[in-house]
Amino acid sequence: MTPARPRPFDKAAALTTRVATLLFVLLVLWGLWEGYRWLWIKTGWTKPFVVDETTLPHLHDIVGALFESPQVGGPLLIDLLLDSALFTAKEAVVGFAIGATIGFLLGAVIARFQVLQRGLMPYVVASQTIPILAVAPIVVVGLGSLTISGWTPEDWMRVSVIAAYLTFFPVTVNTVRGLSSADPAAVELMESYAASGWAVFWKLRVPSALPYLFSAFKVAATASVVGAVIGELPSSIQDGLGGAIINFNQYYVLNPENLWATNLIAALLGISFFLVVVLVEKLVVRRGPEELV
Amino acid sequence: MSDFVVSAERVTKTFGKGGVTALQEIDLEVGRGEFISLIGPSGCGKSTLLRVIGDLVEPTAGEILVNGKSAHRARLDRDYGIVFQAAVLYDWRTVSKNISLPLELGGWDRARRANRVREMVELVELEGFEKHYPWQLSGGMQQRVSIARALSFSPALLLMDEPFGALDEMTRERLNLELLRIWAETGSTVIFVTHSISEAVFLSTRVVVMSARPGRITAIVPIDLRQPRTAETREEPRFFELVTEVREALHAGGADEIVAELEALE
Repeated sequence: MTPARPRPFDKAAALTTRVATLLFVLLVLWGLWEGYRWLWIKTGWTKPFVVDETTLPHLHDIVGALFESPQVGGPLLIDLLLDSALFTAKEAVVGFAIGATIGFLLGAVIARFQVLQRGLMPYVVASQTIPILAVAPIVVVGLGSLTISGWTPEDWMRVSVIAAYLTFFPVTVNTVRGLSSADPAAVELMESYAASGWAVFWKLRVPSALPYLFSAFKVAATASVVGAVIGELPSSIQDGLGGAIINFNQYYVLNPENLWATNLIAALLGISFFLVVVLVEKLVVRRGPEELV
Repeated sequence: MSDFVVSAERVTKTFGKGGVTALQEIDLEVGRGEFISLIGPSGCGKSTLLRVIGDLVEPTAGEILVNGKSAHRARLDRDYGIVFQAAVLYDWRTVSKNISLPLELGGWDRARRANRVREMVELVELEGFEKHYPWQLSGGMQQRVSIARALSFSPALLLMDEPFGALDEMTRERLNLELLRIWAETGSTVIFVTHSISEAVFLSTRVVVMSARPGRITAIVPIDLRQPRTAETREEPRFFELVTEVREALHAGGADEIVAELEALE
């Protein structure tokens, strides 16, 4: 494939194609959902599960539920969920920041000292094999009495720790790879200039690692949202999407659409986190067009 | 103390324990303002010699003095400008920023850097491309940026490792002329590794002929072509005589099959 020269006309055409593709995919997904539902109800098949209003509500009912009030006279579901999403987003952003920072520092140390690669990496990997659902109550409930020189972290900050826990791992792994990815000739060049270790790190290794880092940030951004939602579950926090999930879970049989709608909002939150990272990457990473991921 | 920019004495380099002898007892003296080419078959250690001089590879035995001090000291003093076969430009830096990289490392302030970068861009005739990124340039232009970067801090010695090896013949000949102009303007001392006999003869004040296994110097051919050299220099009878002389020196070095290979490449 030869890269075409970007002309304004091409850009508009490309945008149209992308929007059309998106709409097409959404349409196909809607068709599959509704088609599956229709076929199973029509034939009465029960494998792999019984399909009815409770297990698989109409998509338009799910979207419609967003614009109804769960409680008579109360606010619309979408307003409630957007508030919850904002709360969870705060936990996730803080968790992402903490996790990405720790992940980068850990990765930098491991990349710098080869010995640590064997010594530390197994534990980094092991940390991710522990079920996050088991870690969450230990951190969120267990650290409930934590005070740091008279200052008690708020409840949501402990949830951020769970988000950070899921965030740091991909960042660490890709930092190690990215920092080692610098062109050996470029390293030799820096040596010929008698550049200090710090200069090699900041002027060569970190810029070389940026594409790897952003790949990790994309994974970590969505993971931080998942971490924040899971972190809310074992706590008494009611203000976030995790709280909403527990709440609507209890009334699932009566109102399955509310839980589905909550999941939809949670997914949209994760996607918007992802898109923010993509946007920042476009602004920060300068690469040849053929190398853009 | 010597008047030589480089003086190598019995420099030997072996790789691995009792392994390949890349360089065997190399003696070489390079005077100020000289243009020295190292030529020889693959594996004759010419790139290794360049790297030993530049303190990127440590010799197993022997001594190298650069400006009268150890190669290591010379590297710490930033006496070397290096140009590799690949331009090794930083993708995330513009042409200007690539050229100013060694200046940043040398602690030059912003105004001095900007001034010097402007001079260097002029020197390699890349005006108008200062804000371009490396991947927006042709191979020849990239190599010119690389040369500007190597010369930006006026190093005592310019080390070039087959800098035009990856370029097409036309670009190569044009850059040869340009390199000679830059050499004359800056008065630099150059050590130039190449595979091409005619390139070595055209550029150099002396051609150092090496042979392989073990890598050693078999002949040093002084090149007495008139300065400044021009495109017509390549058509002078003396040019062909010298090309023949270097070729025969390569043959005498016992590298017949590889000489044939070199000629096929040209």
